[in-house]
Amino acid sequence: MATQGVERTGVQPPVARSAGGGRKPTDAGTFTPYLFMAPYLVLFVVFVLVPAVFGIWISLHNWDYLLPGKPWVGLENYLDLFTPNSANSTPFWNSMEATAKFTLFSVPPLVVIPLLVALILNQSFRGRNFFRAVYFAPYVLGVAVIGILWRFILDPNNGLLNYYLGALGLPDSIPWTTSLPWGWVALVGPTVWWTMGFNAVIYLTGLQDVDPALYDAAKVDGANRWQRFRHVTVPGLRPVFLFVVTTTILASANVFGQSYIITQGAPGNETRVAIWYIAQEGLRSFNMGSAAAMSYVLALALALVSLANFALLRYKED
Amino acid sequence: MAQRTADRAQPKDPQRGGRLARLVLSYTVLILLTVVFVAPLLWMLSTSLKPNVQTTRFPPDWIPDEISWEGYSTILTTSTQTPVFLWFVNSMIAATAHAALVLVTASMAAYALARMDFRGKRIFFVAIIATLFIPPITFFTPNYLIVDSFGWLDTLLAVIVPPAAGGIGVFFLRQFFISLPRELEEAALIDGANRLQIFFRIILPLSKAPLATLALLMFLINWNDFLWPVYILFSPEAQTLPPGLATLQSSYTTNYTVIMAGGVIASIPVLILYMFAQRYIIEGVSRSGLKG
Repeated sequence: MATQGVERTGVQPPVARSAGGGRKPTDAGTFTPYLFMAPYLVLFVVFVLVPAVFGIWISLHNWDYLLPGKPWVGLENYLDLFTPNSANSTPFWNSMEATAKFTLFSVPPLVVIPLLVALILNQSFRGRNFFRAVYFAPYVLGVAVIGILWRFILDPNNGLLNYYLGALGLPDSIPWTTSLPWGWVALVGPTVWWTMGFNAVIYLTGLQDVDPALYDAAKVDGANRWQRFRHVTVPGLRPVFLFVVTTTILASANVFGQSYIITQGAPGNETRVAIWYIAQEGLRSFNMGSAAAMSYVLALALALVSLANFALLRYKED
Repeated sequence: MAQRTADRAQPKDPQRGGRLARLVLSYTVLILLTVVFVAPLLWMLSTSLKPNVQTTRFPPDWIPDEISWEGYSTILTTSTQTPVFLWFVNSMIAATAHAALVLVTASMAAYALARMDFRGKRIFFVAIIATLFIPPITFFTPNYLIVDSFGWLDTLLAVIVPPAAGGIGVFFLRQFFISLPRELEEAALIDGANRLQIFFRIILPLSKAPLATLALLMFLINWNDFLWPVYILFSPEAQTLPPGLATLQSSYTTNYTVIMAGGVIASIPVLILYMFAQRYIIEGVSRSGLKG
């Protein structure tokens, strides 16, 4: 492309300039770009930009959907959350704790297992696309399907899992969905099963983007398999790794359906996660002011986690 | 991949025996994993085809003694509380309309952002990026009120339109449009075509694959969307399948045939799409990092 432009320079100056990026269609100052942007912008303004600001406004009021008056309360909704034993702070922080635990338990397997699977799939052998497709398949199903399916499989009395554990001579009456710590297994296990394929596919793309010449060079230098993995694969995979860790943390922190369907918050409200509590508080109990405040606290917490994670993984790189 | 081919080209590789062992080990792991991934889905299917009395019989019948349509006929014929067929229709309408809306709005905006200069472009762009990082729950309460003010509560419009405001489709297509060579457009401009003509006659026809990928992904995401519909759709006849399945579970508790039949009905369309467009879906997801 570039050489063509150079060759043409002498003959057809205007075209040559356009190939170099000089002559651009002159949309600047016309209305055309805004016409193209308009449909999306309407959506974006109404359902993203306005709510982002409106949410803050709501959080500063005692905003009960069902009551006519929505008195201004300033930062009270936020302060309440940080006042021990206020009506909202205990259940809110319990739900935050449930989300934190779920994230803590689910991220390591979701980062490690898909990497191992991707490394296996990255070899050349028959059927690798078939296996990739099978492992990815649960991901195209929704959390509702996954939830009802695993709730059945994990059912303490009627579930397959306890039956097969019993058949292997192991304890066969584990209360997966109703008691801790089993509840965490019941949330994390199906989540890994459901989304592992997504991370594996991302890793696989990353592995295939590592320059094969680097492996050859390492081989020539006498590097063995482990050394090649350690010194070629690992550094080559670092940006992908950062991506996987970040998106997995965020996805896990936004967990809702598993908790809503599989454990249904049990035992007590121990596995009721933050998103669930916030949605319940705002859209069922209609305490919208405090729900909005909670959602901003959660957003801030997530932002901090993302930043920390980013800084940490970046730092290692240098 | 390439380095593996190199491996194979060296017959005197001292690690050859190791390579065979590794291959056997790999296949063993892969096949075990396949069982782990497929068995639960088969269990759902098999349970949905049994009479309910057989669903909790142990040892489990992986293949039903006889096919029973009890579960399917129960949910498809009954009940004002769990009209599963209606939910299926609702989900189909919502996911299709949502995908279409995203295609139209995102492709136009992405083209402007990829190819045109205009005042405010950078601000739009940064705003769209910035809001991608705000967790969806933050928009919940305000969007509930906004949707309510339009009279959209408890209607499909509430699950079709607001989710289309996310910026991911715009990004996905912008990235592709930028990669297209400019020469075609410029030639058309010189021939006197306007932007709209260029967009429809040159850009869109060149973008069939990414447009199809985006449409598929948006359909899947909307089809599976759970949290927002749970809270925005209340009446039984307004539900889509995902919140419907939760209702089904709480209404039928241990009638596993019925519940699993609902699961199968919700899975079939997406699994069919997946079978035919597996490559598009996987590659679309891995290129864009789209998460449902």
